[in-house]
Amino acid sequence: MSQGFHIVVCGGVVPDPLQTLEPVAGPALKNELMLPACLDPWSAHALWEAASLSAKAPGSKVWLVTLGPKAKVQQVMMAIAQKVAFELVALDGPAGGFVDAHETAAALTGAIEGIAGLDRSRLLLFGGWESASRGTGITLQLIGERLGISDQFQGVDHLSVQPDGSLEILERVEGGKHQVSVCAGPPATLGWATGSLPEPRNSPQMGMQNMKAVMPSLQKAKSSPVGLGGIEYRSVKLPKAQRETRIVKDVPVDEIASEIVEWIGRD
Amino acid sequence: MDTVLFLSPVDPDGSLAKPALEALAAARELAAALSAPLAVGVFGAETAPAAKAVAGAGAVKHLAVQGPDFGSARYASDAAAWVALVQAAGASIVIAPHTSRTARVAAGATHRLGGRIDTHATSVAASEGKPVVTRWFYRQRMEALLSRPQRPWVLLLDPGCVAPWQAQGAEPALEAVPVALGERERRTAVRGTRAPVGEAQTIRPDAKLLFVAGAGWTKKQPDGVVHSADAEKLILGFLDVAKASLGSSKSLVDQSGEGGQVLRFMSHLNQVGQTGSTPRHPKGLATCCHGEEPHVVGWRFVGERRAVNLDPNCGWARGKADVLYVADAFAVIAKVNALLAAKKG
Repeated sequence: MSQGFHIVVCGGVVPDPLQTLEPVAGPALKNELMLPACLDPWSAHALWEAASLSAKAPGSKVWLVTLGPKAKVQQVMMAIAQKVAFELVALDGPAGGFVDAHETAAALTGAIEGIAGLDRSRLLLFGGWESASRGTGITLQLIGERLGISDQFQGVDHLSVQPDGSLEILERVEGGKHQVSVCAGPPATLGWATGSLPEPRNSPQMGMQNMKAVMPSLQKAKSSPVGLGGIEYRSVKLPKAQRETRIVKDVPVDEIASEIVEWIGRD
Repeated sequence: MDTVLFLSPVDPDGSLAKPALEALAAARELAAALSAPLAVGVFGAETAPAAKAVAGAGAVKHLAVQGPDFGSARYASDAAAWVALVQAAGASIVIAPHTSRTARVAAGATHRLGGRIDTHATSVAASEGKPVVTRWFYRQRMEALLSRPQRPWVLLLDPGCVAPWQAQGAEPALEAVPVALGERERRTAVRGTRAPVGEAQTIRPDAKLLFVAGAGWTKKQPDGVVHSADAEKLILGFLDVAKASLGSSKSLVDQSGEGGQVLRFMSHLNQVGQTGSTPRHPKGLATCCHGEEPHVVGWRFVGERRAVNLDPNCGWARGKADVLYVADAFAVIAKVNALLAAKKG
């Protein structure tokens, strides 16, 4: 790939994983706009992988396409912009888990089609294989299909570019294994699992550079009022999570071990 | 009137795996509840053995896309087969197992059909003459019951939620559905599967017990030293004698990227929780795990839960586990291994 890749990473903003969440009528999350947010964890892995690949393939460029409330996206970008270089394409709209993935996919496809200078023959469409909100694992696939990409991969942990320009891709399959595929080259859609890269360290210089473009991009963010897409939610509730925990303390190890062995053997 | 289609790829030997038979049972029940006809659609390199497994399900059509091109889990060819089967069946509701293969292709195929899709369904039923689906949101933190008016509506059913269909009676004849592939569908070649690290097979989806190792295994022990090698030996020993599957907390698998002491057989594939898997094992034993919400999320569908750690006030274990043993996991697991080995004889 002498010209490099055009990598579009789709990633939403989600409530910080450590927040306690509670559903309210709508459905929506209680105090949704007050909850601290972060870039969807698997999308973040996709972004780190995109930046790494871009650095290895001269002529490449990375775009981050997101749909979320403008204020939330801005808050998240303050952190993400310090990690890797990218150009932001933002849409202003709801990012909650109850929004229909088909509507979200349509809006994001429109945003990608509107990217000036995007070469679809060099396109690698990246994202998380599932989100931490809806968790359907379908949005990226729908975008890929809408863009006419016929090679799609989900649960990707590794991508390597072969000397002939083909792409070797490792996808998670059952039993803790990876399926190994070789794709002729871009365009392709890759829904990332955790990948193989750690989170990049913060770089204030990178942050300042990115934010120069991020703020205008946020100001230009088109309103995209995606909705429930006809889904009729009959109920949304929290599970009964509380268990009566028996604490076994100051008991000899032999006794504990015997009890565990008896429990394991019980049908 | 709706037509319900059970749709699944077959295994390499042409049979239907347990998750597929569970989806068939769910499709059959939904069709009966809606008084709708049931159809069966399978695809793969060789589909004839699948006919045995669907015998007696009461389907009015038995369709198959078969050929060497459909043996591998490849998006382009699977999508073509999927679309052809749904169209041939005239299906308005499609129920398929949620596996890595179906999850890769179902949404794209649904888009081609102009339909809608919901994944990770944990139950499918009829209510007031309409199909309704239960699924979880925000990584298993809240459960919703929902319905959709659009058709075709494709549903991927999570494994372990429904009793699998038991074949009965004579096997039906499968009707071949032709699908022609072009060069575009053959741009990707599947080369096989690869185990990520080491020789040990530590992830066993069908195991009765999930053993979750936390970061405590690689922390300094009372003698002031880290005992990673001992931890590896104890954990692998336990997996061997208990025939358990291995899960891990995020903090433990992350240590490999941070230069910390690591368990060599552990990878992100073992991770349970917010950015890991949410496995369905009847029992779970957590050791040296701390922290709360990520573990709760990862353990949502584990039936009986017990934990061993040194903190009686552990935020995760209290209220989430059935029993918390406040003890040194190194000592407890060593003894458990010895007892299980002796029992095994």
